[in-house]
Amino acid sequence: MEPAARPLLELTGATVRFGSENAIDDVDFRLFPGEVHSLMGENGAGKSTLIKAITGALPLATGVLRLDGEQMRFSSPHDAQRAGISTVYQEIDLLPNVSVAENILLGQEPRRGGAIDWRRMRARAREVLAELGLQIDPASLLGTHSLAVQQLVAIARAISTDVRVLVLDEPTSSLDLDEVAELFRVVRELKLQGVAILFVSHFLDQVYELCDRVTVLRDGRFVGEYLTKELLRIDLVQAMLGRSATALTAPTKATDAVEKGTPYLTARGVTAGSGIADADVDLFESDVLGVAGLLGSGRSELARAISGIDRRDSGVIRIAGRDGTPHSPRSAMSLGVVYSSENRRTEGIISHLSVLDNITLALQADRGAFRRIPAARRRELAASWVDALDIRPPDLDRPAGTLSGGNQQKVLLARLLALSPRVLLLDEPTRGIDVGAKVEIQNLVGEMAANGLSVVFISAELEEVLRVATRVAVLREGRVVSILSSDDLTVDSLMALVAQPDELDEPDVPDE
Amino acid sequence: MKKLARHRLFWPIVALLTLIVVNTIVRPSFISITVKDGQLYGVLIDILRTSAPLMLVALGMTIVIATRGIDLSVGAIMAVSGAVALTIIDASGDPESIATVFVAVIAALCVSLVLGAWNGFLVSVVGIQPIIATLVLMLAGRGVALLITDGFITTVNSAPYSFIATGYLLFLPVAFLIWVAATAVVSLIERRTALGVLTEAVGINPEASRLAGVRARGIIFGAYVTSGLLAGIAGVLYSSNIRAADANASGQFIELYAILAVVLGGTSLMGGKFTIAGTVVGVLIIQTLDKTILFLGVPPAQSPVFFAIVVIVVVIMQSPRLHRWIRGAASSRSRRDSDTTITKEVASR
Amino acid sequence: MTSLQTPVRETGTLGARYGTFMNRRASLMPTFAAIAILIILLIGAQLRFGNFLTPGNLSALLLDNAYLIVLAVGMTFVILTGGIDLSVGSVMAFTGILGASLLSQGIPVYIAIPAMLLGGALIGLLIGVLVQYFNVQPFIASLAGLFLARGLAFVVSLASIKVEDPAVLWLQRTRISFGGWYITPTVIIALVTVAVAVFVLHWTRFGRTVYAIGGGEQSAHLMGLNVARTKVAVYVISGVCGGLAGLLLTAYSGAGYPRNGIGTELDAIAAVVIGGTLLTGGTGYVLGSLVGVLVYGTIKKIISFMGAEQSWTQIIIGILLLLFIVVQRVIVARSIRRRT
Repeated sequence: MEPAARPLLELTGATVRFGSENAIDDVDFRLFPGEVHSLMGENGAGKSTLIKAITGALPLATGVLRLDGEQMRFSSPHDAQRAGISTVYQEIDLLPNVSVAENILLGQEPRRGGAIDWRRMRARAREVLAELGLQIDPASLLGTHSLAVQQLVAIARAISTDVRVLVLDEPTSSLDLDEVAELFRVVRELKLQGVAILFVSHFLDQVYELCDRVTVLRDGRFVGEYLTKELLRIDLVQAMLGRSATALTAPTKATDAVEKGTPYLTARGVTAGSGIADADVDLFESDVLGVAGLLGSGRSELARAISGIDRRDSGVIRIAGRDGTPHSPRSAMSLGVVYSSENRRTEGIISHLSVLDNITLALQADRGAFRRIPAARRRELAASWVDALDIRPPDLDRPAGTLSGGNQQKVLLARLLALSPRVLLLDEPTRGIDVGAKVEIQNLVGEMAANGLSVVFISAELEEVLRVATRVAVLREGRVVSILSSDDLTVDSLMALVAQPDELDEPDVPDE
Repeated sequence: MKKLARHRLFWPIVALLTLIVVNTIVRPSFISITVKDGQLYGVLIDILRTSAPLMLVALGMTIVIATRGIDLSVGAIMAVSGAVALTIIDASGDPESIATVFVAVIAALCVSLVLGAWNGFLVSVVGIQPIIATLVLMLAGRGVALLITDGFITTVNSAPYSFIATGYLLFLPVAFLIWVAATAVVSLIERRTALGVLTEAVGINPEASRLAGVRARGIIFGAYVTSGLLAGIAGVLYSSNIRAADANASGQFIELYAILAVVLGGTSLMGGKFTIAGTVVGVLIIQTLDKTILFLGVPPAQSPVFFAIVVIVVVIMQSPRLHRWIRGAASSRSRRDSDTTITKEVASR
Repeated sequence: MTSLQTPVRETGTLGARYGTFMNRRASLMPTFAAIAILIILLIGAQLRFGNFLTPGNLSALLLDNAYLIVLAVGMTFVILTGGIDLSVGSVMAFTGILGASLLSQGIPVYIAIPAMLLGGALIGLLIGVLVQYFNVQPFIASLAGLFLARGLAFVVSLASIKVEDPAVLWLQRTRISFGGWYITPTVIIALVTVAVAVFVLHWTRFGRTVYAIGGGEQSAHLMGLNVARTKVAVYVISGVCGGLAGLLLTAYSGAGYPRNGIGTELDAIAAVVIGGTLLTGGTGYVLGSLVGVLVYGTIKKIISFMGAEQSWTQIIIGILLLLFIVVQRVIVARSIRRRT
């Protein structure tokens, strides 16, 4: 099908602000009818912000949105819906407790004499589902169906309202291969009907299989719009991860070569849900293991499974030669394994508590509620960490929520380091932090390793990983693909490894 | 001065003082205190004495609320506790002996500990929402209390027992001393140990606390046990006062007044940071308001209307919508995850 | 097609019928459990006492609990949206004494009765506004309603007021009998309320919106349903039901009494939960709540037959309630695990 001359939806110069920051800055985006367009970028790139701007959930600070040439201004998701833009979210926004027919037609139910005409509603629902080639019992409760089917019902609802633009937000994350195929069939059906489809996903294979066009965002900025059949995988990944122009000091690494002694922690066959499967990892003292991979490759899942944050389905972990599989954050800490979450605000800092309380929290929890650390000692301890990590402002009684992102991360680090851990897993510790603080934290990691700690450093920024780590574990689609010494890697070669699809073996041959 | 005004307790204390001042202007005898036979008398003393049951219950409620929970069963636990104590004294051969009273009180407290533990078990182990878990006991507890006293009002004559509620020690009412002691103990335990900070952490951000290794289960369980025990003491106090365990009248609405006291004192119903001093002031405000209403000649049965209005005013003032109106539209935009029209989720408890 | 589709089995077989039935009516299961319990209770009582299942007794069951049926209907609406209304007992008392007071002052019945309903509606409106527009949690908002209604009941009158109005008394005294069975206008009113509620909940958009809110308020809103108005409306409905129950109770006892209904809201909540409505909202049936009230009434009757203290009723209801809640929690936990 030839691309239409004019885009159905066009966004030019769009900026969305959160407080004083620009979540997206001067972004251009366009959707053509009868095309599947993918939006790509790492965490924090601005994808969900852009979608919210298109669907009316967030207002545009600057920029123009045009639908079929006509300028539009949405003040609520309802406005966008009425204009023909429907969204199917990852967390299905439907009602599991009522029937499929209602989920499709509630809001425009057929009536007879003031009452709902159930027979006609079920018949109409059947029609809509048939348009997509689906045979689902309209009277059945939505909640009795799998997530995949619920998603298809969500799409059915969208098309029952004359949709022009359909946004699919990470629709395949919880689907198996058969279900993905079914979804793709339905999407292709919609393409033929002239619907413009925005497909957001981090699965490169699926993007290449389904989409005609790709737009890449990075750090809230527009990087480029490409036709998938003309875009090399490696170029796509490079566009997504990019090279940031940060002022670098000389890289600090604890050791130059990997000292192969006995590993302090060994993990074998770690599997947790669909996020990470059959992973083997060794952690050594005085060593920094970088973890690189795209979104969805299982980086966080691996760290969380090892440190007892999330439940493991299988896998054995030995610590200091003894069987010591952590099954909760508590037990992990008692084994000397600590984890710093990438969601600083929701899983890290307790914002209304003071810096002092935040730093001493884990240590206190370890001692139990009734053996309080003496007040003077608490202050001394916290003050020493504030000093060592240069936390600003050095006011112990400030609520931790008022600190900047970088300082919050340092407070978290202080909390974990106060436990004198042996293994420290850091998940995206420098995300959303200004350059200066980034470098400080990277240097800290080096110091910690020099002091004997085993550090796992997860980051989406490949240069950062190479700067900090002695070894790098490359993850792809939930598996540990290889663990290499960082001396043997360059940013380009690492990027190729991270991007490469499963089929090829040679890491340096670009995909076609 | 400005720093004083921003202190959490500022407005509650101002409210309390205003009430006292207004009452004194209308009726100067309000603040007069007389001494007779080595005992202090006066309206203010009365308030301090009669606020004991509510104070104890509100103390426990504060801790439970701090964990993002609620305890609706405190009135029922009070009723059961009082009924147990009175029944033991009544059934004993010697109601006047101190030993009997002692046993009765200990038994009542043990029973309330068990009931509190039951609540704690339902919430922290089985994972039932606190409203619902404690609602069950609220329903059944009164039935149990009625059963224990065989459905009729047990009138008990026991001097040592009624001493608890009506006696004096060192010029001051025993009831007052009991609640002061309880407040002191709870404050010490919460603030001298790390229990207070950990409780606040759990209430503010349960997930982050879990990752930091805080044992939330034990803390939440302990909160309900504490609430139960304090309600038990309140029940003993209450039943000792009227010397009868009228199971249906005992502690009526007290859970509601307790919640109101906590909210008045400045602790948020959403959990997290809590203030025991605030709750104390909140209880005193309620008791003073109650006395004020009485003196206005309003029949006590009608006083709930006033308290309804107070509750409504307080929750409206705490409502985010009101703050948004005050601060204007600008602030609502700066919140990261704002979806323009969605309202808060229903009943997070 | 693929395995996703509803499997096309031979439609005639029992297995296929069962499968389709379960997919369509899974939420009826708790209500079936309630019916089963009711049947067990009735049969058990009959075996134990021999003269339990008489037409007279069963008719009395409806008559004695007509007020609770109406309260449970209103409560069902509120709980379906995931809320709760703790004020209904006090509203019942308030409207009851209000009506009795108006009638005793010579105000005609056709003004007094609407006044009762209006009184209930206003309190319900207050609660609904607090919940929806001020984001107050339902149990606190309805507690404020409880306070208000209870206090107002005593403001109307500190003592009970006899009702002598013939129209009101007619509601209670008239018996339409057939065989050994009889029915009174109060029971008819209660059953009509149930019927209207069933119609509204299953054949109007408003009713489906009630279920939608319970299923997911955000989703319901995104689907374009009028969530705000519906949420306020359910509390108004509960208030009106409180007013209606006040009328029924006043007719039943021949007087308004400000101390009525203390703790009755808990009985209503228990009846609704036992009848199969989930406290988390979204699932449940008004007919189930009717069954729940019958269970409650049966237990009460059994206990009085046994000559035991009435307080046992509350305890047993409390235990039953707990059982249902725990089972509900287990089911919910299991379905969450299946989902992810």
